Amino acid sequence: MSKIKLTIDGKKVQIEQGKTILDAAKKINVKIPTLCYHEDLCVAGNCRVCVVEVAGSRALQASCAIPAQDGMEVRTNTPKVRNARKDIIAMLVSEHNTQCTTCYRSTNCELQTLSAEFNIDNNRYLSILKPNIEVDRSSWSIEKDDSKCVRCQRCVRTCSELQHVNALTVSHKGKDMKISTFHDLPLKDVVCTNCGQCVNRCPTGALTERRYFDEVWEAIGDPTKHVVMNTAPSVRVALGEMLGYPVGTRVTGKMVTAMRRLGVDSVLDTDFSADLTIIEEGTELLVRLKKALVDKDDTIKLPLLTSCSPGWVKFCEHLYPEHLGHLSTCKSPQQMFGALTKTYYADKKGIDPKDIVSVAIMPCAAKKFEANRGEMKDSGFQDIDAGLTTRELGHMIKQTGLNFLELEESSYDSIMGESTGAGVIFGATGGVMEAALRTAYEIVTGKEVPFENLNIIPVRGMEGIKEAAIKIEGALPEWSFLEGVEMKVAVAHGLINARIIMDQIAAGESPYHFIEVMACPGGCIGGGGQPIPTNEAIRKARVAAIYEEDMNMNLRKSHDNPAIKTIYKDFLKEPLSHVSHNLLHTTYRKRQHY
Amino acid sequence: MVSKKLQRVDFIFDCAGCEPIEVVKKALKMTREEVVSSIIESGLKGRGGAGFPTGMKWKFAKDEVADTKYVICNADEGEPGTFKDREILDVVPNKVLSGMAICAYAIGSKEGIIYLRGEYNFLLKKLNAQIDEFNNSLSKIGLDFAVSIRSGSGAYICGEETALFESMEGRRGEPRNKPPFPTKSGYNGKPTVINNVETLVYTAMIINMGVDEFKAVGTMDSRGSKVFSVSGDTPKAGIHELELGLNVADFVEEFGDGDTKAVQVGGASGHCVPRKLFKETIIGFEGIPTGGSMMIFNSTRSMFNVLNDYLEFFAEESCGQCTPCRIGTQQLIKGIEHVKKGQMPSEYLDQLIKLTETMKIASKCGLGQSVANSFSSIVTNFREEMIY
Repeated sequence: MSKIKLTIDGKKVQIEQGKTILDAAKKINVKIPTLCYHEDLCVAGNCRVCVVEVAGSRALQASCAIPAQDGMEVRTNTPKVRNARKDIIAMLVSEHNTQCTTCYRSTNCELQTLSAEFNIDNNRYLSILKPNIEVDRSSWSIEKDDSKCVRCQRCVRTCSELQHVNALTVSHKGKDMKISTFHDLPLKDVVCTNCGQCVNRCPTGALTERRYFDEVWEAIGDPTKHVVMNTAPSVRVALGEMLGYPVGTRVTGKMVTAMRRLGVDSVLDTDFSADLTIIEEGTELLVRLKKALVDKDDTIKLPLLTSCSPGWVKFCEHLYPEHLGHLSTCKSPQQMFGALTKTYYADKKGIDPKDIVSVAIMPCAAKKFEANRGEMKDSGFQDIDAGLTTRELGHMIKQTGLNFLELEESSYDSIMGESTGAGVIFGATGGVMEAALRTAYEIVTGKEVPFENLNIIPVRGMEGIKEAAIKIEGALPEWSFLEGVEMKVAVAHGLINARIIMDQIAAGESPYHFIEVMACPGGCIGGGGQPIPTNEAIRKARVAAIYEEDMNMNLRKSHDNPAIKTIYKDFLKEPLSHVSHNLLHTTYRKRQHY
Repeated sequence: MVSKKLQRVDFIFDCAGCEPIEVVKKALKMTREEVVSSIIESGLKGRGGAGFPTGMKWKFAKDEVADTKYVICNADEGEPGTFKDREILDVVPNKVLSGMAICAYAIGSKEGIIYLRGEYNFLLKKLNAQIDEFNNSLSKIGLDFAVSIRSGSGAYICGEETALFESMEGRRGEPRNKPPFPTKSGYNGKPTVINNVETLVYTAMIINMGVDEFKAVGTMDSRGSKVFSVSGDTPKAGIHELELGLNVADFVEEFGDGDTKAVQVGGASGHCVPRKLFKETIIGFEGIPTGGSMMIFNSTRSMFNVLNDYLEFFAEESCGQCTPCRIGTQQLIKGIEHVKKGQMPSEYLDQLIKLTETMKIASKCGLGQSVANSFSSIVTNFREEMIY
């Protein structure tokens, strides 16, 4: 790629053709403030906060959107630039509901930060905030407050480019321009998958997850309630970011201690039910393969698609309802956990399930919706009473006044607190697949997967769609029909990639047996409930921490988890048993298109 | 600067000695380079308002290597007070089409599209018939080029060239970042020449009459003539083609009602010229360039109301994507209302003028940038009307 040379604030910089002025400035550590710009998204040039002077241009140029050109002379810090930026920020503030002290995003808001940096003291402009804006609280997962919207369109770009869902769009023009949905319908009635990626990229408090921590606090404070909290694999590698640790720090032990200090009665690990998912889903895959290959049953749907990601499941229900038969019937680890908490756990602990409040700490916004799906009551009670995000847990810990950095480390409670490395890697894209292969291959052949240290490298990494093939050699007698079969698998993350996978299936051209799909870029570590901000570097650091956690576990295969062995022996009997079927599996439904 | 006397011209509507398809034939006898250099040589600047040299635009597009190039005629005439393109398309559509064909030949394009303002859909039937006939004639003379019409849906911003492309591509009409410029990446990401209706007619006329005859009209900076849409307090409302370079005083003498206090040159996005500046203000690129709208106000008019109407128009018609334009327009309305009611001190007007300066340099496209023109010229020249 050819290089070009330009000067920024008198300093020479060389950069590849096609890069923007902002990219060039970053290269020499010149910080240009931005708002509508986001590393994950295409350029917009909407907010104009990043304007700079370019010699020869009368108007200022949006540095995030203008390609750097050879010989360009850029000045980023002149009176003209500073004044324009201050004016622009002041204008945004004048359109904004400035009740920062009561905002969930207070201290983590880009508009607030910019206002502070530019000192928009007693805004010089009149407030043009529209009166009577109602917050859309229709969705179980996401709240939308237009009074805090700066119309940067990051959410729209996220929804269309990153996720290909297009639930959010721009409507109206001029003074009435706003971020809206199809026909301005409430979020619960549109194609929104609740993935929360818009929330992760909203610079202000206009889009947030719907919060349930007050209800959880109430349950914790109620002595008649037994509060069980379980934490998803990816929470432990992201929570630290909110509490003083660098990105990519594993805080498992401190997190468990902190949760205990919140006052919850039992701190358990969703990784346990991730391991369980592997057993159930892996068996489901093998059964489907047997029916298809041996019994020649042409009603069997292959490839099998994972169903752990509720945003992905809802995406399928909205957009590919005729192909729902490909989805694994397995509930997600969260819901399996909930169903078992109010049956197996309640029984073992001798607690009346009606007194149990099961709380899941998830990297996800869609988990809130999933917890409230009508059918998720197989235990006779709502399986999960509250799905909280990593962010909400971070807030709860801050509310206790705990000094997180100084906390001692501790381990999860039993029962359902035991897990393996296979459960942990559910947190990263490709993790479910890797965990499933570690188990499925061993069930079929009696041997470990033919990869060094169980690390199935081809399904790791940040590529949008990853593929791998494993040839089955030395199959045990009952699996002899798989001898020599090349198992083809794929991993997709981000719904734009899910769409590619589904279009292939719809066209009857999918070459795979098994596909893992996660709604969020990077998988759960990039989930819609994870600490803000997010970008590729942050996601990579969290992924690295996930695999590090896996490597540090004594047990790294789901079927080796002794607690899993026990639960089958004592309660579930065998994979896909009658009890499993009742408690751990579910159904899907067609949802409307808009 | 010396102004020219007011002089009526008739290049656009005069049909004597100008059979449009013959003009195209004339162009085909020239090389592509000769066509482009003639337009450059003529000094023709775009008649839509921005005034970019037309020949240069054609040259950039010609020099691009691409499998597909487009010629787009911008007939999204939305500027308040402008109604010339409607008349041109109604009376001499063939001249517009011949301009498009000449451009197509020069840059190597096979497809032309007229983006017609939704409000002008009543012209569709007649225009389509003309286009069919013209396309046929072109194939007979061996030019592989065909024109079609795309109807707009009535947003002012879609007259902005890149917003127009977005609209044509089926998206929301929002301006794009420039660069890349349309001649490099325009409609469908292909090199595109987009010209105003009137500009295209002038290109055909330059080929027909020759560069020298065209250059003899107008001034150094403002070559040729211009079609003006005259409205407001005037007994001669309508369309008039005049030589460029005249001053507002002469214009007012011809078109005013004897009591003119201000002329808004260039529509809502143009400049307001008060009586005391009539003489020294030239209409043309050396003075105030205009897309053709000339609104005349007499002493019965409230300039506060005029400005307020303009601002409401802008606040409505901004696409809303960029901060200075979306919020700036609303601030200006609210600001002058507050000053008028005495809820803000009159000094606040100066703050607002500063704000228009920011809008002028920081807005994404010409809409937000040009709000400053009417605002600062009206507020500066009619300040007392803003306060009392």
